[in-house]
Amino acid sequence: MNGRRLWAIVIKELRQLRRDRITLAMVVVVPVIQLVLFGYAINLNLRGLDAGIVDQANTAGSRALVMDMLATDVISATQKADSPQQLMAMIRRGRISIGIVVPPDFERRRIDGRPVAQVLVDGSDTTVQNAAAQLAQTPLDSALPDTRAPATSTPPLGRISVVSFYNPQRVSAINIVPGLIGVILTMTMVLFTAIAIVRERERGNMELLIATPLTSTELMVGKVLPYIVIGLLQTTVILALGIWLFDVPIRGSVLDVYLATGLLILANLSLGLLISTRAQSQFQAMQMTFFVFLPSILLSGFMFPFAGMPRPAQWFAEILPLTHFLRLIRGVMLRGASLGEMRADVLALVAFVAVMMTAAILRFHKRLD
Amino acid sequence: MNIDSDTVVIRAHGLTRRFGELVAVDRVDLQVPARRVYGFLGPNGSGKSTTIRMLCGLLTPSAGEIEVLGLRIPAEAEALRRHIGYMTQRFSLFEDLTVRENLEFLAAVQGVPKAKTKARIGELLGQYHFGDRQKQLAGTLSGGQKQRLALAGAVIHEPELLFLDEPTSAVDPESRRDFWEKLFELADAGTTLLVSTHLMDEAERCHRLAILNLGVLVADGTPAELTGRLQGRTFIVEAADPRRAQRLIVDVPGVLSVAQVGNNLRVLTAERGDAAESAAGIGQRIDEVLAHAGQTAQTTATPANLEDVFVAATRNDAKHAVQAA
Repeated sequence: MNGRRLWAIVIKELRQLRRDRITLAMVVVVPVIQLVLFGYAINLNLRGLDAGIVDQANTAGSRALVMDMLATDVISATQKADSPQQLMAMIRRGRISIGIVVPPDFERRRIDGRPVAQVLVDGSDTTVQNAAAQLAQTPLDSALPDTRAPATSTPPLGRISVVSFYNPQRVSAINIVPGLIGVILTMTMVLFTAIAIVRERERGNMELLIATPLTSTELMVGKVLPYIVIGLLQTTVILALGIWLFDVPIRGSVLDVYLATGLLILANLSLGLLISTRAQSQFQAMQMTFFVFLPSILLSGFMFPFAGMPRPAQWFAEILPLTHFLRLIRGVMLRGASLGEMRADVLALVAFVAVMMTAAILRFHKRLD
Repeated sequence: MNIDSDTVVIRAHGLTRRFGELVAVDRVDLQVPARRVYGFLGPNGSGKSTTIRMLCGLLTPSAGEIEVLGLRIPAEAEALRRHIGYMTQRFSLFEDLTVRENLEFLAAVQGVPKAKTKARIGELLGQYHFGDRQKQLAGTLSGGQKQRLALAGAVIHEPELLFLDEPTSAVDPESRRDFWEKLFELADAGTTLLVSTHLMDEAERCHRLAILNLGVLVADGTPAELTGRLQGRTFIVEAADPRRAQRLIVDVPGVLSVAQVGNNLRVLTAERGDAAESAAGIGQRIDEVLAHAGQTAQTTATPANLEDVFVAATRNDAKHAVQAA
């Protein structure tokens, strides 16, 4: 790779971008419109949440309560834990969304009419909170006769207390804004590079470029670099608006926010490039972009909870960069987690970038046939 | 590299390119000498662009061998790219960059040494008359200016060999003349140029010429050699009713084509008539046929031009076309 030729491509792209008013407008206008639309309008309910259960009482009554909760299908016990502290750590790392704690004095509390169990909720996802509220209504006396109060007269409400971490007021915008960074970047970044190569082919520039000593790698990398800057600018616009309009917190480090975003940007840009080597016209490139964008929005966990989707859809969603990014950005911004604690998703994004970029470079031939 | 004029810089043998069923270039043999303007003449769709693209390594030949500047193509196409300039048929510089920005980009990409870049761009801006337009967007230039800019871009790294694919097809005659002046300056400076065109007057300017038709190389040589081979086979017929005379002459045995030029008819004959008479004999036959039909006409011999060469080389199709018209 020749640095001077690479730089020449970067400068050329930036100069062209500066004169392209519509694309420039997209950089700022798209995030603002989407943020306002999604932030104010969307409020999102569910099944199969990953849960951890700590039954410190371990009596017939407590086991029956836990069985009843599992019977609702809202949660599935995927993790074992011994203490509430472990549950909290699991929530923080994104391993589970819900933790259920039955205290050692469960039977006594039941007799006293005090809350008998606690549901810990990952409040960074509102839909999970709704599910928790539903769980809290599990009747206590389905299996065991309650000696003090007959089933009919015991209001089940309030006997199981719900503790929501990270988003106690259940503000939708708080969950939406971090995810929105990902959605907007998926929409704009893929499109930018998807049309990048096709446009040059359509305008006739490609025949000139491939007749020069420029290599495929220089051309591909040179086209991606300027847009990383654009993507980070967009991220800043969304974050600033999110903080200003919706008081979205950044509980983790800002550096981690930008690192995670940088990874998503790279993933989307390299996907766009791959589309660009395939598409015959700018219109086709846009169609293909839409083809990626729609499943990203629907399956990544942005719109509908990941846990509620059928298995094959989940497998498919694991391929989408947005799925991993959502886990990362919600972790960092809302739960104050660090990227190091969510290594699997970081690695998934890195692998995605490597595969897409390599495929794009290999697919691009300096030939007309 | 020191190349003298009898060195052959492009050698192609049996060059063929198929696109599915279509044979775009069919077993073409070529030898292009150094420091000359070598022309590719042929109508649209005759395989000129396809041949040029194969010679500069942009298209893989279906069959045949190519050697350009001593490099085997397409295997060594990457090495060749540093030594060639290629001006595409369609304007391929960036319309949303300025004149200077386009040249800066090409200088960097083509590996013009950094220290020399500024001087080289200044030199080109002067030579190609862009001094006062260097900040103008390339997309807003006129057709002739775009061609000049494209040529400046193609020679920025002073290539030994320059491919130009129909460089003047969208340009007015004045700009065309200027453009050709530049091409000869480049040839004088030691560059070999391969220019494709469908314009006869441009073809006449070339040092050497290859005529392509339907992917087949039908003739090659210097323009004088090519027209010399048709010695005595071309006539001008001045007739009172040229349309009628044309219909009569077409049916004379040995006549290859009759084309109306103003009030006159330009007639191309075969080398020998059906009765093995000479071309001059066919000329006499034309006179007889016209006189017999009561047409007042006069037939005189005239020197051949490249159009005659082209028609003679592709005669089978030519005669049908004339009759249909």
